[in-house]
Amino acid sequence: MNGPLSIATIVVALVLAVWYLVRTALDRPPGNLDLWAMLGLGALVAVLVVVAVVGLFVGDRPAEWTTFVGYLITTVGFAPVAVYLARLEPTRWGSLILGVAALTLPVLVLRLQQLAEVTGG
Amino acid sequence: MADPPTPAPARPRDAALGSGLGRVLLLVYGIFALSASARALVQIATHFSEAPLAYLLSAFAGLVYLAATAGLALGGARGRLIALTSCTIELLGVLIVGTLSIADAVAFPDDTVWSHYGSGYGYVPLVLPFIGLWWLRHNRPR
Repeated sequence: MNGPLSIATIVVALVLAVWYLVRTALDRPPGNLDLWAMLGLGALVAVLVVVAVVGLFVGDRPAEWTTFVGYLITTVGFAPVAVYLARLEPTRWGSLILGVAALTLPVLVLRLQQLAEVTGG
Repeated sequence: MADPPTPAPARPRDAALGSGLGRVLLLVYGIFALSASARALVQIATHFSEAPLAYLLSAFAGLVYLAATAGLALGGARGRLIALTSCTIELLGVLIVGTLSIADAVAFPDDTVWSHYGSGYGYVPLVLPFIGLWWLRHNRPR
């Protein structure tokens, strides 16, 4: 796992989460910019996942590598699913969907880092 | 970013269970359905004998979350009933397992979603059934 990239992803996700929660509190539906921002975060996450997958082939495999791969698949699919659901819900709750997703992604990235640190040798 | 302010329309009575806040719940229940069942699958497949009770409970919790997700997504009388049943089981589960995991730590050497009232998951498993049940009540057919 790439440290700086992970941290950048987490920071961006948390900043976006605050923004989406403010939007929810103001009773605003997700606008185009909100949806694109989530897709941008998704792209950042996708880069992180690609780096991790390359790491699986060149570096040490994590001890629990099946779990690791499961988390990778979930993580990469997360932002697109959130955008899909948010587009179905053009109300304040659509903004909350994006907010929940932006709060969950840092957890997934942290879990991935934890799993990557324990290598099977 | 100059969206026109949108007036909050009253929620129509026949609005689907899985829309509005229901769609947020759908996402959160989906996350828990996935994480609890995936966790249980890995635990049971790799080291079942270490803590069979905890792992079976993980699997059970996963199924309950799956049922709640499906109920919310289905909607209608049947979906409501499924969601209501699974949210109730979920509430009992998190309270009973949460209490047992603190009282009898030996029986729970490995964590489940419901151990310690879901502290490993930011206590979301404890709060979620209350929101779910409130939402179902809020949307009861009149």
